[in-house]
Amino acid sequence: MPAIEILGLEKTYMVGFLRKRPKVALRPLHLTVEDGEIFGFLGPNGAGKTTTLKLLMGLIFPTGGGARILGREWTDPEIKAQIGFLPEQPYFYDHLTAHELLEYYGQLSGVPAKGRRQRVQEVLQQVGLHDVKGVQLRKFSKGMLQRVGIGQAILHDPKVVFFDEPMSGLDPVGRREVRDLMEQLKQAGTTVFFSTHILSDAEALCDRVAIIHRGELRGVGAVEELTSSVQGKVEVIWQGTQIPATLKALGADCHVSGDTVRAVVPESQQDAAIDALRRERLRLISIAPVRTSLEDYFVEKLRRAETTAGRTA
Amino acid sequence: MSARIIHIASNTFREAVRDRVLYNLIAFALLLSGAAVLVGQISIDIEKLVVINLGLTAVSLFGIVIAIFIGIGLVSKEIEKRTLYTILSRPVRRWEFIVGKFFGLAGTLVVNTFFMAIGVFAALLYVAHKFVASDALIFVALYFIILEFLIICSLALLFSSFSSPLLSAVFAFSLFIIGSFAQDLRGFAGMAHGVTRWLATGAAYLVPNFSAFNVISSIAHGQPVSGHLILYNTVYALLYAAVALSGAVLIFENRNLK
Repeated sequence: MPAIEILGLEKTYMVGFLRKRPKVALRPLHLTVEDGEIFGFLGPNGAGKTTTLKLLMGLIFPTGGGARILGREWTDPEIKAQIGFLPEQPYFYDHLTAHELLEYYGQLSGVPAKGRRQRVQEVLQQVGLHDVKGVQLRKFSKGMLQRVGIGQAILHDPKVVFFDEPMSGLDPVGRREVRDLMEQLKQAGTTVFFSTHILSDAEALCDRVAIIHRGELRGVGAVEELTSSVQGKVEVIWQGTQIPATLKALGADCHVSGDTVRAVVPESQQDAAIDALRRERLRLISIAPVRTSLEDYFVEKLRRAETTAGRTA
Repeated sequence: MSARIIHIASNTFREAVRDRVLYNLIAFALLLSGAAVLVGQISIDIEKLVVINLGLTAVSLFGIVIAIFIGIGLVSKEIEKRTLYTILSRPVRRWEFIVGKFFGLAGTLVVNTFFMAIGVFAALLYVAHKFVASDALIFVALYFIILEFLIICSLALLFSSFSSPLLSAVFAFSLFIIGSFAQDLRGFAGMAHGVTRWLATGAAYLVPNFSAFNVISSIAHGQPVSGHLILYNTVYALLYAAVALSGAVLIFENRNLK
């Protein structure tokens, strides 16, 4: 059974004061997220990522379509005991301390009173907030609030978590910790659905990703598939600053960086390039196929979408 | 009552306390002790009357101001600050949230009124040196004031569920003032004719009849309150608050959060 099935969920807002006109925020979206995977929901700002998450959380109502989470209707309030949600740039009751806030959320999520306090302590440790007892949230930095946000989302040990831009506001160490935490959640069997526009995070973490742009799904697949060697080129790196003339003749694209040279040549010319380096007695450091990065794929998808939109217009 | 409603109500109460809402008690205590000392010096035989009138009116006004100023932000502030996102993404129904907020605010006002009542009785003891049986009528006035608070809380929540805090405050204050003259409004409607009569009567019965809750003056004069009025006001306040609260729930259930 898939963890999340989005079945044509769509949202159109009516904008304008006197002359109302429709503004499509999300076109019918069909998406399936398997149990236990880390799924990245990628897109530029304003693409429809947050709209999708808000629809799934029941914070806004769809114009059409529906969804199922853990096999049940997404509108079923009881299903929410099994999901966790981190909103983008979360804001909490600033008169409370982190302990009080999590205690309160634990009560609302039905975490049993016995052991709740200990669970709160564990979660705060897990998100790196060891020493915040007695400090009201109004005194927390943005990064600390983000950690509290992640803590409240995983407090009740949910089966599916939805994170909206979880790395936002975190320093590099914090980002690394959140990545580790998401890996831990996956290992514990939790399905993680997170939106981001930081592609390196998605590439490092996700089993599969979907790309959304202007409210429309542009692509979906496993990260390995999307980033596989599709360019038919190899990258050759050697020591020194010398570029053999034969390599230039092969049409290699060469860049000198410090005391190494990086050249990209067609896969068919790989042996010829190695021979050229041997002849010049240059020390080969590495040779590897050029992989399409997630960023390349992402940019290409958006470029195509823009071109299509331009033609339609 | 569901446990979630109790938790939301407790958090609302805690928020009000930590936002120093109960600090109004200091202003109230200063006002009342100052008044008690002053009337003790300048009035002859009417000290008690003045203290009861002033004390209960202050209890009512302080409470109304708190009810409106907290009530108007109860929903809109949560939407604005997006604290609602992490509440409604849990197994909390939207109606539970509204009802929990209502009870939290009502609880704050009851606690506030309790402390103010202690102040009123203390001031009374200061000027009269003893209590008499008719002083127990003050409890009836306090009860009516709390019933008023329930109506105001529900109205503030109703406005807060669809309007901005500023507009909600204007609506709630206007209704409080118009409602305080509801009896006169009904009398005026009775004198009108045709469509005007229908409209005026409709408006007169739509606004909360706060004038029926104001027994402060008669109680200060030691006049008893009929059981019939107590029953009428109780049923009226509970029904009015329930209807306003249902309206708030209905609007909030269908609202897209920004």
